[in-house]
Amino acid sequence: MAFTDQDIHVMDSIIKRYPRSRSAIMPLLHYVQSREGFITNEGIELIAKKLELATAEVSAVSTFYTQYKRKPVGEYHVGVCTNTLCAVMGGDAIFAGLKDHLGLENDGVTEDGKVSLEHIECNAACDYAPVVMANWEFYDNQTVQSAKDLVDAIREGNPPAPTRGPNSLPTWKENSAVLAGLSDGRAGEGVQAGEPSLLGLKLSKNQNGAK
Amino acid sequence: MTLTTQEQTAQVVDLITVVIDGFEVSVPKGTLVIRAAEKLGIQIPRFCDHPLLDPVGACRQCLVDIEINGRAFPKPQASCTIPVEPGMIVKTQLTSPVAEKAQKGNMEFLLINHPLDCPVCDKGGECPLQNQAMSNGRADSRFDGTKRTFEKPINISSQVLLDRERCILCARCTRFSDQIAADPFITLNERGALQQVGIYENQPFESYFSGNTVQICPVGALTGASYRFRARPFDLVSTPSACEHCASGCSLRTDVRRSKTLRRLAGDDPEVNEEWNCDKGRWAFKYVTAPDRLTHPMVRDASGELQVASWPEAIAAAANGLRGKRAGVLVGGRVTVEDAYGYSKFARVALGTNDIDFRARISSDEEREFLAAKAVGSKTSNADIDRADFVLLVGFETEEESPIVFLRIHKQVRKRGLKVTAIASKLSIGNEKLKANFISVAPGTEAEAIAKQELTAQSVILVGERASESAGALSAVVALADRTGAKVAWIPRRAGERGALEAGAIGNVLPGGRPVTDAAARADVSAVWGVEKLPTEIGLSSEDIFAAVNSDQIHALVVGGIDPRDSGNNAAAIKALKSAFVVSLEIRPSEVTKIADVVLPVAAVPEKSGSFMNWEGRSRSFEVAVPDSLNRSDVRILSMISEELARPIGITSVKSAAKEFASFGDWDGERAPFAAVPPIEQIKINPDQARLTSWRRLLDESSLQEGEDNLAGTARKSVVVISTKRATALGVADGDSVRVSNEHGAIVLPVLIEAIHDDAVWLPRNSRGSHVLATLGVASGSLVTVVKD
Amino acid sequence: MTTLTPVLSAHWDEKDSFTIAGYKRHDGYKAAEKALKMEPDAVIQLIKDSGLRGRGGAGFPTGMKWGFIPQGDNKDHYLVVNADESEPGTCKDMPLLLANPHVLVEGMIIASYAIRAKYAFVYVRGEVTHVVRRVQQAIQDAYAAGYLGKNIFGSGVDLELVLHVGAGAYICGEETALLDSLEGFRGQPRLRPPFPAIAGLYARPTVVNNVESISSVPSIINRGAEWFSSMGTEKSKGMTIYSLSGHVTNPGQIEAPLGITLRELLDLAGGVREGHQLKFWTPGGSSTPIFTAAQLDTPLDYEGVAAAGSMLGTKALQIFDETTCVVRAVLRWSEFYKHESCGKCTPCREGTYWLVQILRDLENGKGSEADLAKLLDLCENILGRAFCALGDGATSPITSSIKHFRDEYIAHFTHGGCPFDPYASTLFASAKAGA
Repeated sequence: MAFTDQDIHVMDSIIKRYPRSRSAIMPLLHYVQSREGFITNEGIELIAKKLELATAEVSAVSTFYTQYKRKPVGEYHVGVCTNTLCAVMGGDAIFAGLKDHLGLENDGVTEDGKVSLEHIECNAACDYAPVVMANWEFYDNQTVQSAKDLVDAIREGNPPAPTRGPNSLPTWKENSAVLAGLSDGRAGEGVQAGEPSLLGLKLSKNQNGAK
Repeated sequence: MTLTTQEQTAQVVDLITVVIDGFEVSVPKGTLVIRAAEKLGIQIPRFCDHPLLDPVGACRQCLVDIEINGRAFPKPQASCTIPVEPGMIVKTQLTSPVAEKAQKGNMEFLLINHPLDCPVCDKGGECPLQNQAMSNGRADSRFDGTKRTFEKPINISSQVLLDRERCILCARCTRFSDQIAADPFITLNERGALQQVGIYENQPFESYFSGNTVQICPVGALTGASYRFRARPFDLVSTPSACEHCASGCSLRTDVRRSKTLRRLAGDDPEVNEEWNCDKGRWAFKYVTAPDRLTHPMVRDASGELQVASWPEAIAAAANGLRGKRAGVLVGGRVTVEDAYGYSKFARVALGTNDIDFRARISSDEEREFLAAKAVGSKTSNADIDRADFVLLVGFETEEESPIVFLRIHKQVRKRGLKVTAIASKLSIGNEKLKANFISVAPGTEAEAIAKQELTAQSVILVGERASESAGALSAVVALADRTGAKVAWIPRRAGERGALEAGAIGNVLPGGRPVTDAAARADVSAVWGVEKLPTEIGLSSEDIFAAVNSDQIHALVVGGIDPRDSGNNAAAIKALKSAFVVSLEIRPSEVTKIADVVLPVAAVPEKSGSFMNWEGRSRSFEVAVPDSLNRSDVRILSMISEELARPIGITSVKSAAKEFASFGDWDGERAPFAAVPPIEQIKINPDQARLTSWRRLLDESSLQEGEDNLAGTARKSVVVISTKRATALGVADGDSVRVSNEHGAIVLPVLIEAIHDDAVWLPRNSRGSHVLATLGVASGSLVTVVKD
Repeated sequence: MTTLTPVLSAHWDEKDSFTIAGYKRHDGYKAAEKALKMEPDAVIQLIKDSGLRGRGGAGFPTGMKWGFIPQGDNKDHYLVVNADESEPGTCKDMPLLLANPHVLVEGMIIASYAIRAKYAFVYVRGEVTHVVRRVQQAIQDAYAAGYLGKNIFGSGVDLELVLHVGAGAYICGEETALLDSLEGFRGQPRLRPPFPAIAGLYARPTVVNNVESISSVPSIINRGAEWFSSMGTEKSKGMTIYSLSGHVTNPGQIEAPLGITLRELLDLAGGVREGHQLKFWTPGGSSTPIFTAAQLDTPLDYEGVAAAGSMLGTKALQIFDETTCVVRAVLRWSEFYKHESCGKCTPCREGTYWLVQILRDLENGKGSEADLAKLLDLCENILGRAFCALGDGATSPITSSIKHFRDEYIAHFTHGGCPFDPYASTLFASAKAGA
């Protein structure tokens, strides 16, 4: 895909956020993913040109971070937390179940291009373990079955809304644009907090009520 | 700015005393512990540490125990990142069991993923990792897991190979490329245990300085394609030497096995090249062992064929041809000081003429006056660059034409934001890297821009040999220096030119910068040479010598290693060489050999001793690296001819030449006068015309790079460069073919649209598909037609 | 029983808690307005007086950190907020930002004013899109309200606040790696000195603070240093968010005064999941040496946890019951450290690579007691030898688990494999048990 003048315009606006242009490299890489789905050579070369860097400097950065993908991922990228706590709480079983269900290995993509699967590290939602992420949206307290249902629904074009996220699940590219710092106007959607987040507050209110 | 100078001079070095392994040592403030230990002869093992690179503390091999004023660090510290402090007590592996265990443990970590391929590794025998493992490592490995594997080795350029399995990720190479060469084409990629050095897949490691990474790699991860699998370090005989390729004057180490140079490494000279050199200096040496090397004297017979002759026959033939004729002497720019001195004396004593010129290239009388008045004896040096507030570049592309000068400037740009201004028609890659203020001028109008510069007494003007291609430019430089007190340095491209100037291998100067027209100066020289009188008139320049041959005034030429195609007037040069009696001193057959009457083989640099004088006027002497060569230095042959002519110059060895030249000492009289030359009025040009500008790239089709295919593979691609405005007018985009032509010929190349003066078109002067002088017969400032092909 | 102190989380149960309207309903941005009328140094002094310490793990006094920024140096100063929450078990900043991003924005305004920064950045980890949306919206709304940009609150002070989104690298939670990442480099830690306070972002004086630390600032401005320091213990002042996860009846966030014990927190959260007993737990994420039931009464403040041989860290209390195989747990953490090691230094890069191989073998019943000795020796060769704390962190679970559960390791090779049923420790198993 060729980048358009509009893309260049957006990239310029991203660069302008920073006192020094090189800082824009990460949002620009997210932006490349929002346009191309992954980090393409064309994207690397364009960023290098925009930031007046050697292409090697851009590719060096892109290969450091797990979220920048070197090959296409699914329209919906599913990550299963298999760090210790989630793994113990069922993440291992979920990941094994999804691999089996989708016929994929880690980092695999379904043939229809809809779903890719990755085991991920701790996603800062341990009180909602086991956690599954789809396009980096939270699906909390998953089971093997709920995770299978999730990917099935995705493949049928009808993904359920994230537990704590927007009212419907955006695509990988759409969310990559959000990570590039571009607003999709959906911040107001979804809950402000899940139940576990409110545990202490509720307990405190009980304490006060008791008093 | 003058304040800074005073501060610097007033600055007293602050010494700090620390105790290392029980021994006191006093070192300047800021010294790293690892180097303070070195002063005591205590070697703390290290891999990532390199004194010329920013500390990184990555390999963790140099851990030591430190306490300061009784307060101990809770854990061992990397001695390569910690500067000494008062009250510091350091315990290295020699006295601290903690440091020793830390180092041993780290060594073990380094080795778990390192292949056990030392027996087939080029680094074997000179490998810091191997040495360290032998002296400090465990006898057996506790690692019984699976080693990390990579495809090996991969080419990261046509001349550098990378074996990622051997790499210990010390980041010396990546730091060098970024910090020193400003070519960040190799980087650390991936993360964690998968971290690896690499290039971006569409951009090979094509840096003029890439070879340094091979040299500083502490393992066998980076190897040079030319040396790979060729030798064992212990089979090589190393000789300190000096680079013959340019006027930067790098000190080198030449490694020879059985009379053959197998590799060259950068020598360590903090005042010149630090520990670096360029890839040409490192990897262009096969010309010495080219199969077509001239080995025997040859004399042209009656039928016009060159026939092998004995030395006495050939010397006699040379003398016979020269005897009684008015002769000129043309000296190549790569002569050693001793040989240049030989030519200088030979011209005056044996031939009785001042018609001698070492400038085997485009030159001008303005330049010759400038050289005699301002360049000869100049003391401007690298240290002046280190201290400069501004550096002004005139007719000089540092990275292409004197790469170590580029590194020197870049270091200051990086360290302290040294300001560089470049007056040129095209912005070069090198000047971009120096963040230079690019003053874009139409070729031929440099003088005007020079006159407008504001400099101080702390500034340095670096003038290249191409300044001679723009009338008035050197005059403007002289005026600017006079007005501002800025220092001037003349930096020719070739290694021998400064020495040849000092030796008097030019028509207006005698050895030691003595003006030919100065009777006292001539008297000095007569006394040393033991001759009654010397020619008094300023001799002809090289171009004028050719003209004089062509107008039947000169009938013989002594030619030492020139290529007539480098001349500003190719046709005249070749015509002259054809008609005159020519004695050629050469190492390999050339254009001159084809028409010379007597061909005398001479020694190449590794086969002889001698010295160059780099652009600073600093002597760069070297010894014989290939010991059993039968080839002789030019000066010995000239001496033989002079004897045959019965006007002996009496220099039978390089040593005696050096000694005699040294006996001159500096000239303390007046320098030759300099008369300013006005710029040439530029006529308006048509839209399809442009003024040509060009320079030689470091890696190109020069004769000393012949046969170095790996090196040539990293040369910058040949392009014709035009401005956006011209590209729009021509309707061309990057990569389209564009034709540059004049009445002599045409060059067609892919176009590159870059920062260049709208009136100018740029071509590489001597690169693949772009031999500007041979094809167009002109180089800079001349009008050419530029059209879409 | 300790009285809980919801301050940061006080209004998370309101549906619009994350909006500017919801925030302003509870005195939002009043603290910034107040602070901007104070002298910057007085703001720093107030934070010093409050005793607020860094909530990102290290516990460095926040006011003192601000005070290190040289003043009158004619250089740009920067505030950078570390929202790269990635330490396994840590899950406090993300819910905070989801529910109330404005408290961070307000805290950043105050902190930037105090340290005379005209530019502030919040570095949010990249794997949390909805958090990114909320933070971005909050910044946008704060600009619109005149709280950010030129002449904020009509005070004559300018402040730009930029959201920077990470891309999946735990190491970027290390402050100097974060700065390199923010500058557009690979996120590898930098040499210290120079410290960020002298040469941080773009080599300029920089304060790097955790989300929770900065979010605590508005309440201190509003209610005073004394109010804040009245909570907590002698050297660990104020309230903080404890995150309970794992085999606990009601996992979640509990905001309480520093010094509360796990016993109290577990009681509040309904205890270890029904029918099971506490086996081991982390006080502050996976890099903090594990505890067992023996430390149930350890005060969870900086000093208390340290005295008991671990670190308060991020107060990420991961609870594991007796169904959990400690070797499996430790292997997983080790794989994490291997995956997240930045690769810069030898001990961490190669050490974690090696540790994982040994632990995999042990989990599969291959190995001997000699391997435990080897593991401990390798940990000794990493701990304090690596470039940054990631390497140290990688050794914590191994050394602490061998200390507490050596027999369980040995059981693996006497048993010829893992003696545990992984299903028994899952959430679904307990759901079934509960059902």
